[in-house]
Amino acid sequence: MKKNWRSSALFAYSLAILAFLYLPLLILTLYSFNDSRINAVWTGFTFKWYIALLHNQRVLEALTNSLMIAAVSTFVSTILGTMAALALNRYTYKYKAVINGLLYLPILIPEIVMGLSLLVLFSQTSVPLGKVTLILAHITFCLSFVIITVNARLEGMHKDLEQAASDLYATPWQTFRYITFPLALPGIVAGALIAFTLSIDDFVISFFVAGPNSTTLPLYVYAMVKRGISPEINALSTVLMFATISLIIIAQVLQPQHTSSKKEKE
Amino acid sequence: MKEMVRLQGITKKFGNNLIIPHIDLTIADGEFITLLGPSGCGKTTLLRMIAGLEEPTSGQIFLDNEDVTTFAPYKRDVNMVFQNYALFPHMNVEENIRFGLLMKKVPKEKQNERIDQVLYLTQLEDFRARRPQQLSGGQQQRVAIARALVNNPKVLLLDEPLGALDYQLRKNLQLELKNLQRGLGLTFVYVTHDQEEALTMSDRIVVMNAGRIEQDSTPDNIYHNPSSRFVAQFIGESNFFDLDKENILAIRPEKLNICEEEEENFVHPLPEYYGTVVDVVFYGTIDKVFVRLDNSNQTVVAYQYFDDVKRWCPDERVGIWWYPQDAVGVKP
Repeated sequence: MKKNWRSSALFAYSLAILAFLYLPLLILTLYSFNDSRINAVWTGFTFKWYIALLHNQRVLEALTNSLMIAAVSTFVSTILGTMAALALNRYTYKYKAVINGLLYLPILIPEIVMGLSLLVLFSQTSVPLGKVTLILAHITFCLSFVIITVNARLEGMHKDLEQAASDLYATPWQTFRYITFPLALPGIVAGALIAFTLSIDDFVISFFVAGPNSTTLPLYVYAMVKRGISPEINALSTVLMFATISLIIIAQVLQPQHTSSKKEKE
Repeated sequence: MKEMVRLQGITKKFGNNLIIPHIDLTIADGEFITLLGPSGCGKTTLLRMIAGLEEPTSGQIFLDNEDVTTFAPYKRDVNMVFQNYALFPHMNVEENIRFGLLMKKVPKEKQNERIDQVLYLTQLEDFRARRPQQLSGGQQQRVAIARALVNNPKVLLLDEPLGALDYQLRKNLQLELKNLQRGLGLTFVYVTHDQEEALTMSDRIVVMNAGRIEQDSTPDNIYHNPSSRFVAQFIGESNFFDLDKENILAIRPEKLNICEEEEENFVHPLPEYYGTVVDVVFYGTIDKVFVRLDNSNQTVVAYQYFDDVKRWCPDERVGIWWYPQDAVGVKP
């Protein structure tokens, strides 16, 4: 009896936490379907704000910028990050722990510091601000996440597998092609999805290093908010949110969930 | 007898750590040889050196009279069965087995023929489309063996292949493996720390300790004529009687006999020692009788069978005797 009471209290508490986390997002989503221009009053259901978005030339331009920058920085950071993870995983060298720590550090550094330091770097080297600087900045902060994700996958892999391939007449290249790469692939894809999400989402760092003609979606949303919150922003934010959530879910599904330990139990 | 593997003056250092000071070993074609020793004795390192997964610090390795010392693993005609099987999780049983043939560019028809053969041999025909994760430990072990056998290697290297399995299954697979080896006439180099496994399966046992070969002989000889105290202790149980610094007598518990202290007419040799029974422990087929010898701290153990006339109990005063031919002189 007592146990029952406890579990229902725990359930209520969990619900409260979930509400705390998701209520703001839920309200935003709801109001993106609100017929009224004023956020506070619900007057009816509509898709018109979404349709308006599609006809807004500046929104479409920002979307194109965001997608292009995300695609390029994801591509580059995934390749560089995967190679770094393979090297870190394979070789033992002096100060390995220090180098590992340095790779993880960009995740912990406040974004505003990162943005500022990149801005200083670009202006010192007189690189004109624009899409190129945005891409370089995005690669910088995506890289660490890719390395961590791919590394986690490689850590879960038995070292014996590559040795077994080598013992079965596979050259080092064939071992990579048929064993290491296919086994690391879910980690690589997950890393790429995280990189893409981070790039699409980023505001703070982009704010510092963006130039003319390189407005991304988050920067555009911010500019719109300055002119007052319209249902159109709600609609745009909702689109952004669901795109991000779906990417994160895909990445989560592909993440290694202690596959090796599960196998050992069986 | 034709020679298959020759290790000549092998030494191995990891950093400043001398793992193998010096080893010479020749393995004949078709032989089932076991490297037996406690963990850290260098047996696995030796096996991995034959596979090419470790390089010796000095010395040479010959495979079928060819010097392969500097050859990469994929250029050596040997295959290994790994301790944790190392099956490729993203391939099914058949793809796992096909891998070596594919890498060696064996013609497709020949591949299929060989795969069917080993699947039959290892009784895995019903599992060819399964992933390793969907198999039991014993089945995974069979796949690992099939994956190595299919390449028809000159030597099959096995690194504690039964270590992860439970006792009953291990017993069955020991016999299966031995029959497989005998049937195919293949050279097996088998690494284990399980002395019972070594005794039942091998044609020849190489007992290793601290990177050195302690004794290299047939299972029968290793058990009945251990050359050193280490071998007598590691393989089976032994009682030791120090005669002086250089000479130690080793006597197996089944050869050690117990009699009453005050026996009237000895029909057997006179007791060498006297003592008190301190414990009798039930072991299923036997009782182990522990006797503390007088005037020393030494406790010896003898087996008591259930058909013995007399069953010993703790605190009884007894004499210890043996037939001279059952006592083996060993090196300290």
